[in-house]
Amino acid sequence: MSQSLRLAAALDGAGWHPAAWREPDARPGELFTAGYWVDLAAEAERGLLDFVTIEDSLAPQTDRADRVQGRLDAVLIASRVAPATRHLGFVPTVVATHTEPFHISKAIATLDYVSTGRAGVRVRITAQQRDADHFGRRQVPSREDLFDEAADYVEVVRRLWDSWEDDAEIRDVATGRFVDRDKLHYIDFEGRFFSVKGPSITPRPPQGQPPVAVLAHVPVTYRLAERGADLVFVTERDAPVAGPLVFTDLVVFLDETEQAARDRKARLDEVAGEEYTSDAEIFVGTPAQLAERLLDRPTFGFRLRPAAIPHDLTAITRGLVPELRQRGVFRREYEASTLRGLLGLDRPANRYAA
Amino acid sequence: MPKQIHLAAHFPGVNNTTVWSDPAAGSHIEFSSFVRLAQTAERAKFDFFFLAEGLRLREQGGKIYDLDVVGRPDTFAVLAALAAVTERLGLTGTINSTFNEPYEVARQFASLDHLSAGRAGWNVVTSWDAFTGENFRRGGFLPEDQRYVRAKRFLETAAELFDSWRDGDVVADKASGRFVARDDVGAFERHDEQFDISGRFTVPRSPQGRPVILQAGDSEEGREFAAATADAIFTRHGTKEAGQAFYADVKGRLAKYGRKHSDLVVLPAATFVLGDTDAEAHELADVVRRQQVSGQTAIRFLEQVWNRDLSDYDPDGPLPDVEPVTGEHTIAKGRAQTRMYRDPLATAKQWRELAEAKNLSIRELMIEVTGRQNFIGSPSSVAEAINDLVQSDASDGFILVPHVTPGGLDPFADKVVPLLQERGVFRTDYTGPTLRDHLGLARPS
Repeated sequence: MSQSLRLAAALDGAGWHPAAWREPDARPGELFTAGYWVDLAAEAERGLLDFVTIEDSLAPQTDRADRVQGRLDAVLIASRVAPATRHLGFVPTVVATHTEPFHISKAIATLDYVSTGRAGVRVRITAQQRDADHFGRRQVPSREDLFDEAADYVEVVRRLWDSWEDDAEIRDVATGRFVDRDKLHYIDFEGRFFSVKGPSITPRPPQGQPPVAVLAHVPVTYRLAERGADLVFVTERDAPVAGPLVFTDLVVFLDETEQAARDRKARLDEVAGEEYTSDAEIFVGTPAQLAERLLDRPTFGFRLRPAAIPHDLTAITRGLVPELRQRGVFRREYEASTLRGLLGLDRPANRYAA
Repeated sequence: MPKQIHLAAHFPGVNNTTVWSDPAAGSHIEFSSFVRLAQTAERAKFDFFFLAEGLRLREQGGKIYDLDVVGRPDTFAVLAALAAVTERLGLTGTINSTFNEPYEVARQFASLDHLSAGRAGWNVVTSWDAFTGENFRRGGFLPEDQRYVRAKRFLETAAELFDSWRDGDVVADKASGRFVARDDVGAFERHDEQFDISGRFTVPRSPQGRPVILQAGDSEEGREFAAATADAIFTRHGTKEAGQAFYADVKGRLAKYGRKHSDLVVLPAATFVLGDTDAEAHELADVVRRQQVSGQTAIRFLEQVWNRDLSDYDPDGPLPDVEPVTGEHTIAKGRAQTRMYRDPLATAKQWRELAEAKNLSIRELMIEVTGRQNFIGSPSSVAEAINDLVQSDASDGFILVPHVTPGGLDPFADKVVPLLQERGVFRTDYTGPTLRDHLGLARPS
């Protein structure tokens, strides 16, 4: 098969619909346990998905007691789950606005080590004053500045990943040197928002550069996507993003019949007390219909947001995936052992290597 | 019933303790190495695995230090991953309070405690140097006299965040539609001279309530800090008498904070060398010491005290006749050792006298004065020595630092642990699921 469609699942709590946690098969009491996330990753891997993303934020999702509140750190969830899988990629969300690029660089590099080459990272910003209050540092800058800062952040993270050449560790007993210091590089980043010296404390990760993803949903994000991303998640058709690999986001409500899917969405909306809306296209129907939809306006890949977990995740892996396979556009086995490999990306050369 | 010994395993690296040139040495960075050490520790029923942290590559003489293992993974990511391949072992790591913010660190530790089902431990350390701060967007330089103030406030703030969700706040009742018990779960507010933050925390109260707090430090401030806030303290003491004095001192400080003797576990770091006989172990220990302190390493050590370039000196020759450069330390950066010798002139004088009395070369002297091999002998001798120190209140146990990564703990697990178990001084199985259970610590209310 030459042109396999890439498929990712976007994991967030009990699913993207605010009433999802009340579904009969939902496990809301387990959202903060490892077992819950291990099971979701195993299901995604069973469906041979390319990767899962794990949402994150620096503040609770809502102030309402009837909705899911609270979440665990996404990088730690990915690190906990990765050793329990063999092929699936992990793309946790990190918030660039209040965190340190040095810490995130080594955390994602380490996720790449513990997953033997299956790490990615999705970088987002926060413009919320309440997030800023958690850090007590400053007023929220303009969105323009936040995205420019995030672009600098990505640049620093990438330079740190390259700050060790692949063969820096030499273990030369004759000269007593463990590393060749000429293959370790100061990154000397000086930007408008911060400066970072380097090198990283962590050697270059297995993939060299784990893929960096950005969600591009409004124009100000397109610039960040073009400056810093390998993967771009888009929520609108014809988003003006050039170059990188584009995944279209869809929220999916799937059932065996279209009517059943509609009924389920209606029931969830009623429980939530309002109709569900999203920045992304909302798809309601059968797996076969979804397969047609994906092939009707194909992009490099699709990131599907299950409206309710596990129901819609299972419908993706056991319903949609066989439909796509029947049409000859989805893999029957994993063809690569790294996330870059699955995405068809070569391992990049090191910018600092002579 | 005799006192029960606590044992932990330190993943070695980034220090000359680790003998990377040994044919048995493996990767210090591949995950399989961490799995190997952690699973050995769990097989031996150790209390916890311990990971150190570094935030800037060390330099000496203006160049990156290249003689020791260089490079480490991220503490949180490795510990979370190890939770996947172990079931009971505590997972503790160093996280700096200077180059982090309490909201983020509390979130990560609470997450780790959930993801490991109650096995997280935090070794709180402080840094102050602008050298490390150059890797951080906020700089993070902290005058040395403020580091314990920040650490103390940092821990208080983190505790407030850990406590911001109460047990039972996650209701998750599908029938009633109530996910959390209160609209504002996680609400917190903290205003002091270090932190001015407020809002809502995202992580529900974790299995241990709070992760176990470990702290290192021998200084007056460090001891007081540990007595007030830590669950475990680790240190290095070369002799039984020094260990007993330290033990009595820190345990004696607990009462004024309303804490009891068993609320603080004293765990010195210790190395070991095992042989079939004591004589064989001592021979092996000498070999290890020579591997740890090569001629080049000896010169670099000496430079850290002399604070000047000594690269032209012969390590097999006598000590330099020049005096150390006092004042600002310029030769070695990112090194703890530079703080250990507060008075380099006095250290130089003392070392010269020692070298002369024993007729030692630079390298031989460095092997002698930087020696920290605690347990050398046959398995039964080592088991006896460890038990003696614990029963005589020189410590409550040890954090063992193998000199070979990652297999260095195996002989200890296979040969010494069974002897301790036979004596009834070390568990033959875990009695509870959490790290607090292993250490005999109560879950904080």
